Amino acid sequence: MSFSVTDPTKGTKWFAGIAVVAYAVITIIPLLWIIATGFKSPTDSIAYPPVVVFEPTLEGYVNLFTDRTRATEQMLEEAGPPETWYDEIARSRGTVISGPSRYGERFLNSVIIGFGSTALCMVLGTMAAYAFSRFKVPLKDDLLFFILSTRMMPPIAVAIPIFLMFRNLGLNDTHLGMILLYTAVNLSLSVWLLKGFIDEIPTEYEEAALIDGYTRFQAFYKVVLPQAATGIASTAIFCLIFAWNEYAFAVLLTSGTAQTAPPFIPNIIGVNGKDWPAVAAGATIFLVPVMVFTVLLRKHLLRGITFGAVRK
Amino acid sequence: MAEVTLTGVSKSFGDDIGLENLTMTVPDGSFVVLLGPTGAGKTTTLRMVSGLDTPDSGSVSIGGRDMAGMTPAQRDVAMVFQQYSLYPHLTVRENLEFPLKSPVLQTPKDDIKRKVGEVAEVLQISHKLDNKATALSGGEMQRVSIGRALVRDPSVYLMDEPLSSLDAKLRSDLRVELKNIQANSGATLLYVTHDQIEAMTMATHVGVLDNGRLVQFGSPREIYENPVSVYAASRLGQPRINVLPADIFAGAPAGAQTIGLRPEHIIQGDGEDSMVKRVERLGDQTRLHLSFKDRELITVTDAHTQLKHGDIVKIRPENPYYFDAAGARVA
Repeated sequence: MSFSVTDPTKGTKWFAGIAVVAYAVITIIPLLWIIATGFKSPTDSIAYPPVVVFEPTLEGYVNLFTDRTRATEQMLEEAGPPETWYDEIARSRGTVISGPSRYGERFLNSVIIGFGSTALCMVLGTMAAYAFSRFKVPLKDDLLFFILSTRMMPPIAVAIPIFLMFRNLGLNDTHLGMILLYTAVNLSLSVWLLKGFIDEIPTEYEEAALIDGYTRFQAFYKVVLPQAATGIASTAIFCLIFAWNEYAFAVLLTSGTAQTAPPFIPNIIGVNGKDWPAVAAGATIFLVPVMVFTVLLRKHLLRGITFGAVRK
Repeated sequence: MAEVTLTGVSKSFGDDIGLENLTMTVPDGSFVVLLGPTGAGKTTTLRMVSGLDTPDSGSVSIGGRDMAGMTPAQRDVAMVFQQYSLYPHLTVRENLEFPLKSPVLQTPKDDIKRKVGEVAEVLQISHKLDNKATALSGGEMQRVSIGRALVRDPSVYLMDEPLSSLDAKLRSDLRVELKNIQANSGATLLYVTHDQIEAMTMATHVGVLDNGRLVQFGSPREIYENPVSVYAASRLGQPRINVLPADIFAGAPAGAQTIGLRPEHIIQGDGEDSMVKRVERLGDQTRLHLSFKDRELITVTDAHTQLKHGDIVKIRPENPYYFDAAGARVA
């Protein structure tokens, strides 16, 4: 019988398989529960014991995207028959739609601020990481430690100075302010992660490019960046997830124009009683961009393109 | 093509000396091979010429122009690295096109196509042009790496052991090919190797480096037949030169500490007795390991020799080299 020391045994494979499946199930159940709740009626959403099989409704989504007012029988009659399917859902609960909610706007703010800060963080992070990796920077180790030390306390610990600073600079409740803030918080992580990835790229490639007639910056852009794609993609996902989910600063520093989705979703709870389906619908939609982004960058996460072209 | 001159170039890395007051001229159109063990400064010399490193003192000039402050791109040099360093995210064709598309050269499209085609033909990689660089074997990668230098027409080609990772057959093919290319194009080439066959067959000049200093510079035959020191003598010759105490044979000149005997300096069948320790048959020649007055020495004999372990062979030196205590040649 063939036997290999390094190949896992059948038992190990089974154990690993079960462990992975169990972990996946545990992780994904809350997510599935949120998605399901978004399609439940308010009664089903708080039923005990919890209902697993239910009649799906879009009521949660309608409630999420609209503002409604309670209407009397007389008002309903005067309004005539419902014109759209979402009108009909609102009417069935004795309400009329008075206009769109601000969720769409908040969501767009999240997209602008989340992706904006991630992009800025990647541009600054790769350049700083490259400099730390390749050049003789005076006090390099101290600077790197200093950069990392900005993450040694929770960012919210400096909320008050930041609040005052933002107020004086006129950055309160602006997209630019939030982009700068999230970039500043994420930059230390991205410099450290990216420096690790760039350290792994042999300097021969850049030297070859320099000799092939390119400037240092062109060599960085044409040769180093494509090879750092894996690192940049995974770092970008980390940065996006932080900026996307950030709650405390969003509550503190935004209220009107630049408010992101996270502080908005809990607001729904207060409007018309505890509207869990609407909250769940808001959370579900909120998950989509990060999921799409991660799936799009997945191939970069899995592909190690630098392996094998330099003889070690 | 251009002449390359290094004048009094010194470079140290921390406490390690890379180059010490190196002065050398690579004549226009010559093929100069640098020889020396690891750490002798061969690669450092290439990096000084290429501009990847700059000298602590001294100057480098290419084609009569001082290179101080010039970037590698401005120097118009092509370099083949010891590690093939193909751009892994590009195909073979894109790798070969890369230098031609640089902002310095900005070659027209038709020329790029023609040059890449020609070089791929010479290096026998035409069928791999659209492969990813990472999908090649080691030998193919190194050929692409050489090709990336050959597509250009630079002032000087710098090559750092470009053939060391190839198998024997390919190495000898490419050796001939490189020599042809250089001879036909009149290119100036500065080439680093450990391989004495490469040095002897391709070089017009050989520079022997020892601890960052140039100890001898001349034609391969000159280095082989007239070495200035025991160190230079040991760089060339297969099997290596035998170095023995000078008084082991009679007739050593005054001041000689050691005697250097290449295999052809040992005449068999005459002189004093030595015992055969081992017979190595290499096909075209046979090497004899001899024991002479408790010293080991190696020489070459007839391929079909009948000698075997324990036989006695008479030997005497002819036109040997004598070196003093410091290793310098005295006769």
